Amino acid sequence: MAVALILLLVAIGSVLFHLYSPWWWTPIATNWAYIDHTINITFWITGFVFVAVIAFMAYCVFRFHHKEGRRADYNPENKRLEWWLSVGTGVGVAAMLAPGLVVWHQFVTVPADASEIEVMGQQWQWSFRLPGKDGRLGTSDVRNIGSDNPMGLNRDDPHAQDDVVIENGDLHLQVGKPVKILLRSVDVLHDFYVPEFRAKMDMVPGVVTYFWIKPIRTGTFDVLCAELCGAAHYQMRAKVIVDEEGEYHAWLEQQKTFAELSLGKAVVKATYQSGGKTYQSGGK
Amino acid sequence: MVDIPYDRIADIPPAEVPDVELYHPRSWWTRYVFSQDAKVIAVQYALTASAIGLVALVLSWLMRLQLGFPGTFSFIDANQYLQFITMHGMIMVIYLLTALFLGGFGNYLIPLMVGARDMVFPYVNMLSYWVYLLAVLVLASTFFVPGGPTGAGWTLYPPQAILSGTPGQDWGIILMMSSLILFIIGFTMGGLNYVVTVLQARTRGMTLMRLPLTVWGIFTATVMALLAFPALFVASVMLLLDRLLGTSFFMPSLVEMGTLSKYGGGSPLLFQHLFWFFGHPEVYIVALPAFGIVSDLISTHARKNIFGYRMMVWAIVAIGALSFIVWAHHMYVSGMFPQFGYFFATTTLIIAIPTAIKVYNWVLTLWRGDIHLRVPMLFALGFIITFVNGGLTGLFLGNVVVDVPLSDTMFVVAHFHMVMGVAPIMVVLGAIYHWYPKVTGRMLNDALGKFHFWVTFLGAYLIFFPMHYLGLLGVPRRYFELGDAAFIPPSAHSLNAFISVVALTVGFSQMVFLFNLAWSLFKGEASGGNPWRATTLEWQTPETPPGHGNWGKELPVVYRWAYDYSVPGAEQDFIPQNQPPAATRVVQGAAS
Repeated sequence: MAVALILLLVAIGSVLFHLYSPWWWTPIATNWAYIDHTINITFWITGFVFVAVIAFMAYCVFRFHHKEGRRADYNPENKRLEWWLSVGTGVGVAAMLAPGLVVWHQFVTVPADASEIEVMGQQWQWSFRLPGKDGRLGTSDVRNIGSDNPMGLNRDDPHAQDDVVIENGDLHLQVGKPVKILLRSVDVLHDFYVPEFRAKMDMVPGVVTYFWIKPIRTGTFDVLCAELCGAAHYQMRAKVIVDEEGEYHAWLEQQKTFAELSLGKAVVKATYQSGGKTYQSGGK
Repeated sequence: MVDIPYDRIADIPPAEVPDVELYHPRSWWTRYVFSQDAKVIAVQYALTASAIGLVALVLSWLMRLQLGFPGTFSFIDANQYLQFITMHGMIMVIYLLTALFLGGFGNYLIPLMVGARDMVFPYVNMLSYWVYLLAVLVLASTFFVPGGPTGAGWTLYPPQAILSGTPGQDWGIILMMSSLILFIIGFTMGGLNYVVTVLQARTRGMTLMRLPLTVWGIFTATVMALLAFPALFVASVMLLLDRLLGTSFFMPSLVEMGTLSKYGGGSPLLFQHLFWFFGHPEVYIVALPAFGIVSDLISTHARKNIFGYRMMVWAIVAIGALSFIVWAHHMYVSGMFPQFGYFFATTTLIIAIPTAIKVYNWVLTLWRGDIHLRVPMLFALGFIITFVNGGLTGLFLGNVVVDVPLSDTMFVVAHFHMVMGVAPIMVVLGAIYHWYPKVTGRMLNDALGKFHFWVTFLGAYLIFFPMHYLGLLGVPRRYFELGDAAFIPPSAHSLNAFISVVALTVGFSQMVFLFNLAWSLFKGEASGGNPWRATTLEWQTPETPPGHGNWGKELPVVYRWAYDYSVPGAEQDFIPQNQPPAATRVVQGAAS
C-alpha cells in the first residue's frame, strides 16, 4: 500500500536524518551544556511521540483503507483511553519541563563571583567595556554620546575613568572565570549572539539586560546579531576570544581606559540639535 | 463505551427558529459585487486572499533565490530582502490565512452548517469584505510608494520599525500600520457576524454539541480574534503616533544615525507584549479552524465518527483559553523580567496536552475506519504529519531555557512554517478539494489533485525538516547573507541551495492547482449535491450550488450529531443530520 509506505518512510527518514545529519550544534564553549542536555531529552521524548503517531497512522491507512464491502466501526468515545493518553502526555510534558525549569533557574541566577563586563550594540557594530582597576563600571547615558565618547560614559563618574573601552575591537574573556555580560543598546534592538556560548539575550535601548556564562575552553568565536536591527543586520559582526589567564592579562594591559582615550582631546561639550530642544552632554 | 446515542431527539427541546426575511438582490451589481449573500462574500474573501497570497508566494521565491544562491541575483539587495521577508510574513499570517479561514470558510460554511439562511447581519458582512479589500490594497500599494514597503520584519518591533536604518521607514511603515488598522476594523465586522450567527441562528435541533467541529473551530477562533486583535489595533495606533506625531509610547532616548533623537521615555518591550498578546492567539486563530475542518475531512473520508467528539470540543475551547496566557514565550530572550520564564514555559507546555488529545483523536478516528484515500483525505494525513512535527518542535521553543540557543535561528523559522504555515495550508487545500463541488457543482480533477498533493506535501517537508538543523547549528534568521562565520560549514550553504530548489518546485506546483481550479469550473465532472456522502447540513441543500437563502422553503431540522457514519444497522454508511429517526417520531416542519 503505497500511501502507508510513504507515510512510514517520512517518519523513518526523519529519524535517520536526525541521526546522520552533518548539521548539528557547534562544540560548546561555556558551562551551558545543561541546555544541550535538555535539548537532547526533548529530542528523545518528541522523537518517540512523532514516530509512534506516524507509524500508527500509517498502519491504519495500510490496514483500513477502503475495500469493497468494508464498513467502519461505530465508536464515538472511549473515556478510559482518552484519560490514559492525557495522563501519559502530561507525564511526557513534565519530563521535559522539569529539567528545563531547573536549568532556567541556573541561567537566571548569576553567581556572586562573576565579574561584570558590558557589551553595547549600535547600528551596526559592537563596543565592549571592562570595569578597570576599581572593578566597577561607571554610569552611562545615551545623551553623553559623542565622537570622543562613543559609549556615552559619564565623565563625572570616577568609576568611569578607569573603564576599559574597546571600540571596533575584539572582546577577550578569561577561560574558567564566570562573567556577567551586561547588554546595552543605544538605538534599536540587537542581540549579542555567540553560537558556541548557547546563551543569548536581546539588547534593548533604555534598559540594561544581561546573561552570564563561564567559558570552558579557549578559542576565537564569531559574534553575530540575532535580533533584526535594520539594513546591515547581517553585517554586524565581531569576535570573542577566550584566553588563558596569562594571555588575557597581556591583552588587557594593552587596552586603553576611558580617561586615556579622552586625554589630549579637548573636552568639548557636544551639542545636539533635535526637535527644537538642545541636549548637552558632558559636564552635568 | 458508546456514550453518545445518535438518536437523542427527546433530550433536545426543539426551539422554534423564526425564519428571517432575506435581503434580495435586484441587480447584477448587488448579486455578484456588492453582495450581501455570505456565500458570495466567502468567494470574494477567498479570491482576494489567494491573490495577495500569490504575491507572498512570489516573495518567498525571491527570498529563497537569495538564501540559496547569495550574490547571484544582483536585483535583490539587503533592503529588499528585508522587505520581502516582512511582506511575506505579514501577508501569509494575516491577509491570507486569517482572512481565508474566517472570511472565506467561515462565511461559506457557518450559515450552511448551522442551518441558517445567511449571516445575521448581511449588510455588515458585506462591509467587512470591502474594508478587507481596502486593507489589502493599502498593503499592496506599499510596493509602489517611495522607499517601498517596510522591512522591519513582520513583528514590526520598534524602535527600528520607525527609524531610518530600516527600509520603508518613510511610507512603508505608515501604510502597513494603516492597513492593519483597516484589516482589524473589517475583521471585527465579520467576526461579530460569525459569532452571533453561531449563537443565534442555528436551526431547530442544532444544539451546540451537535455542531460540526468545523463550526466549533471557526467559532472559537473568531471569539479569540475579537479579543486578540484589539491589542494589535492599539499597538498599531500607538506606533503610528510615535512615527507621525513624535510621541514616545515605545521609544526610549536613543541615537538615530549618530544624532540624539527627539524620543524619550518609552518602552520597546511594551510593544512586544501588545504584539504577542495578539500574536500568540493569532497562531491558534489560524490553527483552530484548521483543527475543526480537518476533523470533518478525516471523519467523512474515513466513514467513521470523529473519535471523542466532546473531548475535541473541550480541547478547542481549552486551547483557545490557554493561548491568551502564553504570549511571552515569544519573548524569552527579549530582555523582559527573567522570572516570567517559569510561568510562561509552564503554561506553554500545558497547552501541549489538549493539542495532543486532538492529534490522538484524529489518528484514532482512522482506526477501524473505511479510509477512502481521496485528495481531501491525503491532505488531512499530510496535515497530521506536518502538524505533529511542528507541534513537537514547539515543545523545544516553549521550554524557556531550550529556547535560548534556538531563538532567532532558522529552527524558529522551520518550526513556525511547519506548524502554522504548511499544516494549515494542507487543511486549506484539502478543504478546497472537499468543498469545491458544493461551491461550483463540479469535482476537481483527481489526478491533478494527487500530483498537487504529493509535490506539495513531500516538498514542503523537505524544505522545512532539514531547516531545523541549520538552526541547531546556529544559523540566524533574517540574514541577507551568512557571510564569513567559522561555525557555518560549506555544506550548510549546499543545504540552503537544495531547500531553495525544492521551494521553487513546490511553488510552481501550485500553478497546477490553480489550473485545476479554473479548468474544473467548466470541464469538471458534475458532482451532484453530496458527492462524499457526508452527514453535515451543507451537503443536504436542495440546490447545488446552494441558492440564495440556502434552504428553499423550509429550514432543515436537525435530529442528530454531525458524525453518524457507519451506524450499526443503518442502511447506508452515513445518516445526514436532518434525517429523522426512522418513523419513531412525528416530525414537525420547521417553518411555522
